Amino acid sequence: MSNSVTNILLVGVGGQGILLASEILSEAFMLGGFDVKKSEIHGMSQRGGSVASHVRYGKEVFSPIVPEGEGDILFGFEMLETYRSLPLLKKGGTVVANDLRIPPPSVLLGQETYPEDLTGKIEALFPDFTLVDGQKLATEAGNIRAANTVLLGAVSKRLDIPEVCWRQALEKMVPKKALEMNIQAFRMGRDL
Amino acid sequence: MKEILSGNEAIARGAYEAGVKVASGYPGTPSTEILENILQYKKIDASWAPNEKVAMEVGIGASFGGGRAIVTMKHVGVNVAADPLFTFSYTGVGGGFVLIAADDPEMHSSQNEQDSRNYARFAKVPMLEPADSQECKDFTRLAFELSEQFDTPVMLRSCTRISHGKSIVELNEPVSGLPEPRLVKNPSKLVMLPGNARVRHPLVEERMVKLAAFGASAPFNSVEMRDGEIGVITAGISYNYVREVLPNASVLKLGMVNPLPMELVRDFARKVNKLYVVEELDPFIEEQVRAAGIAVTGKEIIPICGELTPGRLRNAFTTAGIVGAGLPRPEQGDETSPLQIEKLPGRPPNMCPGCPHRGVFYTLNQLKAYVTGDIGCYTLGFMPPLNAMDTCICMGASISNASGIVRVLPEDEKKKVVAVIGDSTFLHTGINSLMEMAYNGSPATVIILDNRITAMTGRQDNPASGWTLRDEPAVPVDLVQLCRAVGIRHVQVVDPFDLDETRKVLMEEMNRPEPSVIITNRPCVLVKREGVFEKGLALSVDEDHCSGCKACLRIGCPAIEWQPAPEGKKGKACIDPLLCNGCDVCRQLCKFDAIGRGK
Repeated sequence: MSNSVTNILLVGVGGQGILLASEILSEAFMLGGFDVKKSEIHGMSQRGGSVASHVRYGKEVFSPIVPEGEGDILFGFEMLETYRSLPLLKKGGTVVANDLRIPPPSVLLGQETYPEDLTGKIEALFPDFTLVDGQKLATEAGNIRAANTVLLGAVSKRLDIPEVCWRQALEKMVPKKALEMNIQAFRMGRDL
Repeated sequence: MKEILSGNEAIARGAYEAGVKVASGYPGTPSTEILENILQYKKIDASWAPNEKVAMEVGIGASFGGGRAIVTMKHVGVNVAADPLFTFSYTGVGGGFVLIAADDPEMHSSQNEQDSRNYARFAKVPMLEPADSQECKDFTRLAFELSEQFDTPVMLRSCTRISHGKSIVELNEPVSGLPEPRLVKNPSKLVMLPGNARVRHPLVEERMVKLAAFGASAPFNSVEMRDGEIGVITAGISYNYVREVLPNASVLKLGMVNPLPMELVRDFARKVNKLYVVEELDPFIEEQVRAAGIAVTGKEIIPICGELTPGRLRNAFTTAGIVGAGLPRPEQGDETSPLQIEKLPGRPPNMCPGCPHRGVFYTLNQLKAYVTGDIGCYTLGFMPPLNAMDTCICMGASISNASGIVRVLPEDEKKKVVAVIGDSTFLHTGINSLMEMAYNGSPATVIILDNRITAMTGRQDNPASGWTLRDEPAVPVDLVQLCRAVGIRHVQVVDPFDLDETRKVLMEEMNRPEPSVIITNRPCVLVKREGVFEKGLALSVDEDHCSGCKACLRIGCPAIEWQPAPEGKKGKACIDPLLCNGCDVCRQLCKFDAIGRGK
C-alpha cells in the first residue's frame, strides 16, 4: 500500500447529487482498505450555489480538505464549476467533466454571459481531460437521473480500487429498485 | 464494526453509546444533523425546542432528574443559551450533561465567526475538542463521564469541517448499568439564591483546578515527539493541518481545550526549541500559555480571521521565513504557485423556483420599503435583483430593530419600515420583540413569512409546523391568535403568490400609524410532507408575445433565463419547465400576456 494520499475534488451546483457521489467514492475507498476523509460545505447547497466536496484516501489521511493546488482528479458535474475549480488541481492533474451547462443567476438575468469554449480552455490547461455526456449515456442506461453514476464510472477507471468495491459501495448507497440501472450506468462510464 | 460517519453522525452515535435519555436543540448549520441522526436511536427522547435557551433548560431539567442529556446548537445559539449555562455551571449536574457548540470559522453559513472556546472559559466549564469523527464519538462518550465525575456541564466544540467532514469510525456497544432517573431533592445545590450560590462558586473554581490537573495526565491530551526544533500546540481540526503541513514537528495535541493542562504545556515547551500555537480564530490557547510565562508564537503568523486550510497554514509558516519540520524550502515555492484563471460569473445561492418569499421581496422593493431582516432563507432577499433587505443581525432582531428605528425617524419615513421574519425565527425570539412592539405601540409593519418549516437549515419542523422532530403530529401554534394575544390589533393573512393583494395589504399596513402584522400563507416548496406544498402547472413563455422587456427577470427566479438575441433581433425570456414550480408570480408581471400555463 502506497504511503501517498490521492486527492479528489467533486464540484458542481447545489442539488446535482454531488454529496451522494462523494459518499459512494468514500465508501469504495474504505472497502478498498484505505483511510478516507471527506469534507464539504452543505449549508446552502440546496439553494443552487457552487458546491465542492473533497475526498482524500491513502494509508493515513490527516486534513479533510485537499491542500490547494494538490488535487489529483477534478470530477466536475457542470462545466463552469469545473473550469472555476481548475486552480485546485496539481499540474498535470486529471479532469473528468460532465458536458452540462447550468447558467448562474447573473447569466439568467442577462447581465453576464456564460463563458464560451470551456472544453477547449480546460483541455489546453489539463491535457488529461475526459468530457462525458452523462445525461445522454444515463438516458441510454434507462434514467437521465443516473448521470452522476456514469461519471462515477468514468472516474473509477482512474483509481486503483478493485471493481468489487465499487459494486459493494453502490449496493450500500443506492436504493434497491434503482440498483441494476445504476450498475449499468456505472459500467458505461467505466468503459468510456 | 467500522463505518464512515460525519462528525455530526458520530456525535449522535456517541450520545447513544453514552446512554443518553434526552436530546434537545435548535437547528443551526453546522449542528443540525446531530439531532436528526439521534432519531435513529429509539431509546433517546429527541426533540426540537423553539430556541437554544429552551433546549438548554430542557436538558438541564433532564439532568436534574438523573438522566443523561445532550443539547445541540450552532455557535451563535450559545449566545441565546448562555443565561442558563452560566448558572448551571454553579449547580452542577444530576445525570451527565453535554452541550455541543458547532462553530463556523469562515462563516460558510453564519453571520459571525465567534469562537465558542471563550464561553467554556467564561462559564468555567470543561470543553473537549475532537479532531475527527472517531474523536467526535469517543469524546461525546467521555464528556458524559467527565460531567458526572466532576459534577459539571461539559461543552464539546465542533466546527463546520468536523461536523460536515466524514472519516472512519470504529463503533462500540452502549454503556450499561447507568442509574435509573429518580427525583432527588437537593435544593441547597440547585436553588441558586445568593446564599446558596456563594457556597457553590468556590467549588466551581476548585473543580477547574482539579480538571486542569486531571488533563495533564489524561490520554486525550497527548504529546507526539518528533523533531525537537519546532513544537506545536494545537487542537481539533487544526491538528490535521499541522500534521499535513509540518509532518516532522513535535505536537502537543489537546483534546481538552478548557481548562488547559499548563504543567503539560510547560513540560512540552522545555523539550522543543521553538514553540508555536496553531489554532483557528481567537488566540485562546496562545494567550493563556503566554500569560503562564512561556514564550510562544501564534497569531503573529497564523490568521485570526477565517478557517485554516493546509495552504493557509503552509503560507503562514513560509511567509514568516520558517523552515524545517517538513516545510517546503523557499526554492521549492514555485512548484505550488496557483494557476490563475479569469474572473467568472459567480454562483451565489438563490431562493428556489416557486419560493413564496420572492413575490413579497419584489413588492417590498417596488414600495421602496426599509426592510429590517432576520435569519433564514429570506435573508437571500438581500441579493439582486430583489435588493430588499437593509439590516440583519441575529435571530428575532428584525422586529425589535424596526421598533427601535421608528423611534428616531421623521414622521414621513416611519411608514417605510417593515420587519420580515420567518415562522421558526418568529417563534425562536421574534415573539418577545413583537410583544415589545405592541406594548410600546411602535408604528412599524411586521411580515411573518410563514412557510411552515425551518427551511434554511434543511426543513426542520417547529411549533407552528404541526409536526415534531419524530414526525409525530403536534398542535400547531396559531400565529394569528398569538399576534392578537400579545396586543397586535391589525393582523392580516395574505397569499404571497397574489402580487396585487400583497401590494394592497402591504400599503395599507405600512400607512397605518400603529403596529401591525401580515402573515403570508404559502409553504416552502421543499416541504416533502404530503399535502403541504403542491406544485402548480409549469408556466411557459409565448415567443410571439414576448417583447423582451425583462420585467419577469426582476424577481430573479432560477427557472427564468434570458436568451440574448441573435443578430438583429430582440432577446427573449424562457422558462425551464423542469425547474418551474408554477407559482404564477412571473405571469402577473408580464404586460404582454406572453406567459401562460404550460402547453
